Amino acid sequence: MRTADVLRFARDAAAGYPLRTGLSVLAMAIGVAAVVVLTALGDGARRYVVDQFSSLGSNLVIVLPGRSGTGGFSPVNAVTRTPRDLTIDDAAALMRLPSVRRVSPLTAGTSEISAGGRLREVVVAGVAAPYREIRNFQMAQGSFLPESDWSRPMPVAVIGASLRTELFGNQPALGQFVRVGDRRVRIIGVLKPVGQGLGMNTDEVVIVPVALAQALFDTNTLFRILIETRSRNHLEEAKREVAAVLKARHGDEEDVTVITQDAVLATFDKLLRALTAAVAGIAAISLAVAGILVMNVMLVAVTQRTAEIGLLKALGAQGRTIRMAFLAEAAMLSFFGALAGYLLGQLGAFVLRQMFPVFPAYPPDWAVIAGLGTALSTGLIFGIMPARRAAQLDPVQALMKH
Amino acid sequence: MALIELAGIERVFHLGDADVHALADLNVSIESGEYVAVMGQSGSGKSTLLNLLGLLDRPNVGTYRLEGRDVTTLSPDEQAAVRSQRIGFVFQSFHLVPRLTAAENIALPMMLAGIPAAERNRRVAQALKDFGLENRHDHRPDQLSGGQRQRVAIARATIMQPAMLLADEPTGNLDRATGDEVIRLLEVLNERGVTLIIVTHDQNLGSRARRQLVMEDGRLKHDSGADNRRSVSADFSG
Repeated sequence: MRTADVLRFARDAAAGYPLRTGLSVLAMAIGVAAVVVLTALGDGARRYVVDQFSSLGSNLVIVLPGRSGTGGFSPVNAVTRTPRDLTIDDAAALMRLPSVRRVSPLTAGTSEISAGGRLREVVVAGVAAPYREIRNFQMAQGSFLPESDWSRPMPVAVIGASLRTELFGNQPALGQFVRVGDRRVRIIGVLKPVGQGLGMNTDEVVIVPVALAQALFDTNTLFRILIETRSRNHLEEAKREVAAVLKARHGDEEDVTVITQDAVLATFDKLLRALTAAVAGIAAISLAVAGILVMNVMLVAVTQRTAEIGLLKALGAQGRTIRMAFLAEAAMLSFFGALAGYLLGQLGAFVLRQMFPVFPAYPPDWAVIAGLGTALSTGLIFGIMPARRAAQLDPVQALMKH
Repeated sequence: MALIELAGIERVFHLGDADVHALADLNVSIESGEYVAVMGQSGSGKSTLLNLLGLLDRPNVGTYRLEGRDVTTLSPDEQAAVRSQRIGFVFQSFHLVPRLTAAENIALPMMLAGIPAAERNRRVAQALKDFGLENRHDHRPDQLSGGQRQRVAIARATIMQPAMLLADEPTGNLDRATGDEVIRLLEVLNERGVTLIIVTHDQNLGSRARRQLVMEDGRLKHDSGADNRRSVSADFSG
């Protein structure tokens, strides 16, 4: 029997029992649609997080003192003493690199802040003016630290939103003087609330000029140097150049670690990919169920069409021909089920995107391919048994059935 | 050379503990072009004989030679090939595929044999004309009368130009007039050279054949062909 004839015969056979065919196609469709929609959700969550990170400054290169093999942030790094410290001059030297757009030194520590008789412990971040753009901070009131010589300890401060509420309540904060450690500084700006970011709660931080912070903590070293590159493509170049410049400045010794925010992002990315894969695995169970349903339907078909199989044998059909015809029918049920499920899933993802525009719910390609592949292969594998059963029917017995 | 030669055929079915001899000690030879009626009560083994002749079943003992070739030992697929090329079946209940049109039903054996669509269409068109079914070609079986259904079935049985037609109670589901019409059609095919073997328990129908095989309890009780041959040889000897 010719392949085209096998396909046509199987198609007509499937079309001959619309309800049975429709139900098994529906089951397969639901399975594939579940994979598509659920992975779209999982991958959408991943994209959402990645996008959020990117908006915090994805072109970020971070220099930390000390040669450490591990990337990422750890409070341990803050107390590590290294042979040669990072200095404000190191940070300033990096500004001249062509791949670099902005540089800000960062010195951090805890201190006490007091205003109007209230006192609390705070994280003090000593930075420079470009820090605001690097971190994409928005001002609620006033302005950020002014552009000025980084070595001048101007007595000004910018505070986080919740710190402002704690210290001043409903009273105006701008222009007020507060004590930070043993220094008296003037509040010149309040940040918009942003929440947790890069290891510290920005809403509860006091930002002062880097030189002031160094004086406060009686140090001349930096906790970090934050660098924003000209574009994402400049990240690797900047990383190399920064390492080279600092090596040259530190007596040809590689005593700093240069990391990109990509390293942090990659961790989140990996985590959420694993989550998506897990969700896809759960959805794949419904595909297996659909496969078993196709097998059931095909077994019923063999029983229903026993007389027909007997006839085909009497007319000279070989076992192989009958096997192929039934296998082709099972494959068609799975194929059209998978196709319908794919379209249904894409529609579902589209509806999700319409309902939650910030949530990029696109199913990842691998999930679509795996979903369709699983659907087709389960349909085929579960189609083998009924097809073999049909081919092995005894023609005399089969012809007697009506 | 005889078309069909059965020698020492036995067919035993195991029903529970009992062995049922559906066919026993059967020796029959049928020439090409013969018109044979296989007759007998139900359970006499006539259907088993037809299944055996049609290579749908195989004997436990004995040999079946078709056109001089021993077909008893062929594999199921080889037997299917012989069925496809040499044997046409006509059934009591027509056995048309309900979802296929008359033309598609007729074309089915050619499709299974892998004959190209153009050739199939040509031969189906000719068959529809020969069997007076031209304006019924796109009707499904449930839109056809009993006589038309059996004509479609006969067209299907002959479309591969087989050496023999095996008809199992071909008029069993038809009224008298339509049944006669179908039998005449089969007889015309026989006159053109196709060996025709009809299984029936209808005496009238059986008597129309030139040769009757009467079965009883799995044995050949009477073979009118053998009588003829004996009388012929008697004539010669006398």
